[in-house]
Amino acid sequence: MIELKNVTKLYSNGTKGLNNINLSMKQGEFIAVVGLSGAGKSTLLRSINRLHDISEGDILIDGKSITKASGLDLRLLRRDIGMIFQGFNLVKRSTVLRNVLAGRVGHHSTLRTLIGNFPKQDIDLAFEALERVNIPEKAYIRADQLSGGQQQRVAIARVLAQEAKVILADEPVASLDPLTTKQVMDDLKAVNRELGITTVINLHFIDLAREYATRIIGLRAGEVVFDGPVHEATDEVFAEIYGRPIQKDELLQAQDLVKERVVV
Amino acid sequence: MSTPTEVQARSIGSGSSPSHHSNSNPNLSSNSQPNRSADSIRPTRPSKTKHYFTFALLVILLWGSGIQTKVSFSELWLGLPNMFDLLKQMVPPNWGYFARISSAMLDTLRMAVVGTTLGAILAIPVALLSASNVVTRKYIFYPIRFMLNLIRTIPDLLLAAIFVAIFGLGALPGIFALAVFSLGLIAKLTYEALETIDAGPLEAMTAVGANKLQLILYGVVPQIQAHFVSYVLYTFEINVRAAAILGFVGAGGIGHYYEVTLGFLEYDKTSSIIVFTLVIVLIIDYISAKLREKLL
Repeated sequence: MIELKNVTKLYSNGTKGLNNINLSMKQGEFIAVVGLSGAGKSTLLRSINRLHDISEGDILIDGKSITKASGLDLRLLRRDIGMIFQGFNLVKRSTVLRNVLAGRVGHHSTLRTLIGNFPKQDIDLAFEALERVNIPEKAYIRADQLSGGQQQRVAIARVLAQEAKVILADEPVASLDPLTTKQVMDDLKAVNRELGITTVINLHFIDLAREYATRIIGLRAGEVVFDGPVHEATDEVFAEIYGRPIQKDELLQAQDLVKERVVV
Repeated sequence: MSTPTEVQARSIGSGSSPSHHSNSNPNLSSNSQPNRSADSIRPTRPSKTKHYFTFALLVILLWGSGIQTKVSFSELWLGLPNMFDLLKQMVPPNWGYFARISSAMLDTLRMAVVGTTLGAILAIPVALLSASNVVTRKYIFYPIRFMLNLIRTIPDLLLAAIFVAIFGLGALPGIFALAVFSLGLIAKLTYEALETIDAGPLEAMTAVGANKLQLILYGVVPQIQAHFVSYVLYTFEINVRAAAILGFVGAGGIGHYYEVTLGFLEYDKTSSIIVFTLVIVLIIDYISAKLREKLL
């Protein structure tokens, strides 16, 4: 489904963001990418839908090279890849429904989207997406009126309305509290399981990666240092990925305890 | 962990010097509250020389400008009686004159409305093409910005005079002058606001597979529209005032009556025009300010 072949990303200042990466991601997988900040997790994700250009190698989506695509071809490839961001990236002044419908623009002509004349099945699709993330009642509320967790669910609904075959999630829960984190992760997992959408997610918390993912990819200094199923990703493996033993703040559970202690 | 002891040592050292710290017991501050001891190494206050020089420079500039332009308080003093004479002739205003000029006043407002609207419509593409985060190509946005700056250096009265020369007397050249002036102002304000918008939604729209127009429509427009409307209203306020004097160069509106009444030394009529204009401008400013408050 997604194939990375000898992918290398050189930044203009000479640092290597990604170093000769070879990966193959199959339909329906739930992949967690872990590693220290600066290890290249975000760069890897943004290379897949070409928000970042790579320097060498090739990335294939269903056999089609996104690296070589341009114009309409590139937009059509991107249309099949939904993305969820740490900062939600919603238009805060627009309604929830309009934000979700923004996911549909790739399916229509510029003129149609210019008038804002979405067909009824698009509206239905948007509402179904909002129902799936349990916030259909917020459809006509401005996005900035929602809590962080709700905003991230709107972003998930946007990806669903987009009818993407792949979801790339770049630290989707990094700015959420533990409880909302769980809700958002549950939503993502449900979408992955029920709709069979391949999900690639950058995570900071090791226990979240273990709980939700089916496969874990460990990055260190732009190189894949681990790639395997969850049960093989032991504490020692994580220590290897991070280059040091696991610390308390890399576990969401521990954060939970710290917070509770503060409350008490 | 050698830093705290160093800090303590330094604080004790400074305690012995005749600074205001010596009043407090140095032992107490360093022993009982070791964390606080960092306070005692305050940085020295930055020199104010720069401020003094700036002030001196400003005074010299002001004084020099006054000399060069031959500003004279004595002449102002000598002219005061004339000024009072003029004021006396202006009071009371000729209230009957209001009816005569109301249609010209309405014309002035219409000119401002049409001129601002035309300018605002033209400003949309220009502002988008000037914003470096929307159009990422330098060879596009730099020339357009340069053109905008050029437009804004031409005073509106000069623009009106030029258009009068082209189109003849009447409201049309006034409208064009206001449109060009509005274009310059609205486009400038809007593109500066455009450059501060949240880039997140733009990234999201790119990821969705949107083309450039769709990205602008769904990522940029919702973020900027309230600002844009606010700038249009603000420009309209300015344009009403500007339209009131465009008649001086034959570009229509109430300004023509200023020229006529001043020419015939009918100062009571002039003052009634001033009062009328003031009332209209105040009402429009008030409504516009309220609307803009609600928008942002």
